[in-house]
Amino acid sequence: MRGPLVKPKLGRDDWAQRSFMLVIGLYLIVALALPLYVMLSKAFTIYHFDLRQYEVQVSDESGNFGETLTLSSHNMRPSPSVVEDLSTNTNGRLGIAQFFPDFSFRSPVNYRFRGVTPSAVYLIGSERNSGPDWVELDSNTFRRVVLRPVSERGLTNFKTYFSTPALFQSVQNSLLIAVIVTVITVSLAFWFAYALARSKMHLKGVFRMVAMMPILVPSLLPGIALLYLFSPRQGMLKALMFGHDINGPIGIVIGSVFFTFPHAMIIISTALSISDARLFEASESLKASRWRTFWTVTIPGARYGLFSAAFVVFNLVITDFGLPKVIGGNFNMLAVDIYKQVIGQQNFEMGAVVSIVLLVPALLAFGIDRRMQKKQVALLTSRSVVFEPKPNKPMDWFFFGYASFVAIFIVGIIAVCQFAALIKQWPYNLSLSLKNYDFSRMDGGGWGSYTNSLLLAILTAIIGTVVVFLGAYMVEKTKGFEKGRAIFQGLAMLPMAIPGMVLGIAYIFYFNNPSNPLNFIYGTMIILVVSTVTHFYTVSHLTAVTALKQMDTEFESVSQSLKQPFYKLFWRVTVPVSLPAILNISIYLFVNAMTTVSAVVFLYSTDTALASVAVLNMNDAGDIAPAAAMGMMIFYTNAGARILHALLSKGILARSNAWRKSG
Amino acid sequence: MLDSAPSIYLRIENLWKNFGDFTALRGISLDVIEGEFLCFLGPSGCGKTTLLRAIAGLDLQTSGKVEQAGVDVSNFPPAERNFGIVFQSYALFPNLTIEKNIAYGLENAKRPKSEVKARVAELLELVGLPEQGKKYPAQLSGGQQQRIALARAIATKPGLLLLDEPLSALDAKVRIFLRHEIKDLQRKLGITTVMVTHDQEEALSMADRIVVMNHGTIEQVGTPLEIYRNPASLFVADFIGAMNQLPAEAHGNSVKIGSVKLECDNNELSGKIIVTIRPEDVLPVETEGANTVKANIKSMEFLGSFFRAELANTELGDVAFSADFSINAVRRLGLEEGTSLFVQLPSERLKTFPEAG
Repeated sequence: MRGPLVKPKLGRDDWAQRSFMLVIGLYLIVALALPLYVMLSKAFTIYHFDLRQYEVQVSDESGNFGETLTLSSHNMRPSPSVVEDLSTNTNGRLGIAQFFPDFSFRSPVNYRFRGVTPSAVYLIGSERNSGPDWVELDSNTFRRVVLRPVSERGLTNFKTYFSTPALFQSVQNSLLIAVIVTVITVSLAFWFAYALARSKMHLKGVFRMVAMMPILVPSLLPGIALLYLFSPRQGMLKALMFGHDINGPIGIVIGSVFFTFPHAMIIISTALSISDARLFEASESLKASRWRTFWTVTIPGARYGLFSAAFVVFNLVITDFGLPKVIGGNFNMLAVDIYKQVIGQQNFEMGAVVSIVLLVPALLAFGIDRRMQKKQVALLTSRSVVFEPKPNKPMDWFFFGYASFVAIFIVGIIAVCQFAALIKQWPYNLSLSLKNYDFSRMDGGGWGSYTNSLLLAILTAIIGTVVVFLGAYMVEKTKGFEKGRAIFQGLAMLPMAIPGMVLGIAYIFYFNNPSNPLNFIYGTMIILVVSTVTHFYTVSHLTAVTALKQMDTEFESVSQSLKQPFYKLFWRVTVPVSLPAILNISIYLFVNAMTTVSAVVFLYSTDTALASVAVLNMNDAGDIAPAAAMGMMIFYTNAGARILHALLSKGILARSNAWRKSG
Repeated sequence: MLDSAPSIYLRIENLWKNFGDFTALRGISLDVIEGEFLCFLGPSGCGKTTLLRAIAGLDLQTSGKVEQAGVDVSNFPPAERNFGIVFQSYALFPNLTIEKNIAYGLENAKRPKSEVKARVAELLELVGLPEQGKKYPAQLSGGQQQRIALARAIATKPGLLLLDEPLSALDAKVRIFLRHEIKDLQRKLGITTVMVTHDQEEALSMADRIVVMNHGTIEQVGTPLEIYRNPASLFVADFIGAMNQLPAEAHGNSVKIGSVKLECDNNELSGKIIVTIRPEDVLPVETEGANTVKANIKSMEFLGSFFRAELANTELGDVAFSADFSINAVRRLGLEEGTSLFVQLPSERLKTFPEAG
């Protein structure tokens, strides 16, 4: 016979840990789940003017009122209807004088007006009115009456979207560009990574460093460089375009290859570096040709890495906003559509609809990528032997040439920006000057936007690292509360699938609502930090979890048996041992906070203008050279941060050398 | 060895543990005597580690009671219990020196630093590594690290020491050396100790008593000699040491194996049974006598101090069984593969069990 179930008695640690997890879980709910929910519901909200809800009596000139009619019947009377389409958006207003063909604001005719139900809202001038009490108005006042829309749930927004060719075309455009870029980038990155892993070419360290450079600049920077090189009017190399316009798909593709290259390269490099050298020896001993070995050993070994890289690139391109904004011309892409709908047309509902349309491929690519990553891990066994390439002169020189070509492309783009930033006035005055760095003379926030960005990056790095690492620690190293931990883990994975533009618009909906108690952070630095930490949460979380997983699972048990509180172990062991990972997380957050445009473009205010957004705005205003200069400021800062990070990491590794060497 | 009226330090009553649909412990009840060295022994998945973790409070049992030193600690978190623990992985904190690892549980506001230092020095002396305090764990060998883990576990003088496969990660020689070290230390300190192991040699050589477990239940509790000599079940007989199993039919004190009838002193069963005998109890004899059978040596394996021979005898039915022959006997009788000989199965060494299943 079994006794009663044992209910654990919670110790002090358990309570402390649970409250920590609750706080960080709450953070993810407020900063991610709720805004997304509000955005989803926005997409399904439709607004229209309900004319049946309003009634009017019109008097004759001597003041005798006639029959009561709804506005709806007034609308029908002069056939065809005055207003055919009554759908609108949140901000819709509809004047009612137009329903009365004989209306004149000078006439002595009076009007009585009311809403049939309390929900029938209308404005007289700017004064809000509602409800079934009759209001008597003279003609002059009557012309200032406007109706407010009512909302309901429905799919109309989606129907509108898919039946508007101008909008729907973007889906095709985005998919097409994403696929083209994916093919080009993955091919280029594969051979680059292959050269690094499997050849004895010279300058590998330099090539590896150059390949990572695009990560340090905003995705829109290559757009600016391409404008300088190929712009139809003043491009340095415009002849190479043979009459094609760089503004449009060509520019987007070239720029996208530039900024997605390092992401693909890292993933494929990892996949190639974990292939087992013994397979190559086996293949060689069976007298297989190099070509056959390549197709039967190299490619299958790296295939998950290739797939994974493809989906990551696809996702980056389809969700990117900065580049197509700068160099897209009239070629519409989904992410830019969101911006146009929200900022240009103030049509928030349609912005939400485009967001959901964009979310579908992004979620799909993310889901498939996660599966690939899991399989990749399974290929790695602890017995694998690291492959050591043998020298092969012609091959090594061939790869050297290839890597140089890619490196020149990357360095070239950045060099053009640097050049543009230093030239007085292209193409008339080529003398060097620093006047383009005098941002105070331009729109976009001046040097203030740079210091704001720096502040944002530092705050994001510090706060983000603390939140992410604590969250990962709670998920990975605490016991009990399984359901809570599973939900938390799910929430932590979500941001990677959410495009920045979607997060940004979700934040507008959620935080700009005056009835939200957190409304006060709207327009401040806080919301920028929160959105950036959330946007880049997943990769940081995975880095932290990986580091924590490598730690002995019994540390916690030992510490508990010695009756020590969990925070002592956390401070004295967990944090010091994870320090390299912690530094990696903070540099990742810093660099991304400096370069990101997508979420923050919706959320910055005049006081919190950012450098990356300033690049966009100056470019929009035609100040391309200062835009390039600001882009380069971001580059210098990130490069400096990377160097600092490298020095710090090296110092830490040297100091902990005694205990880090495996025993 | 133990007091005439042993006091019970740890009492486990009707412990059950479920992981989803899987039942890892099925109603375990057990008393651990103060000061004894107890081993949980069993194949992997038998529930021995689960039981240890329940005692520690690291993974609470689903139901049942754990009483330590008279206090019901069934639902206590580990920090509120009183034990030290050593894991197979040592779990030494890599970034802290040996001294700091040992001092980890000693440091608190009430205890003066000098006292901590003295205790650490004492412990280092106790585990025989007095010079190593300033080093980091990665700079020590596996065996040394395990001794440090032991020192850390006993630093706070806990009432109970738990060892979770402490020697499994070490190579054979170090393992045997550490067996003695740990056993000596345990005796010196008189600390009640529970060790989990899957290595029967380790259990036999170290434990005062062994708890043999299988499928989440206790098969037998007893001293190493009891367990070896008088296994309570076919599982124990088979798991500890080598054991021949011969299907037979029982009639009172005689059993019929194949067409051979043998005397069997201790049989209380009837019908279809299994007769067991350890290989070292099978004696080579020169002439036919009581309880002897003729056998043919199919193969011989030299195992250092003796030979293990695979024997076949058609009269016993179609079963092979093995016997250990001393080097002397092999030389004296000129035994080699293909030789036929008489072997005696002494009636007091034959044990009978009901047929499995």
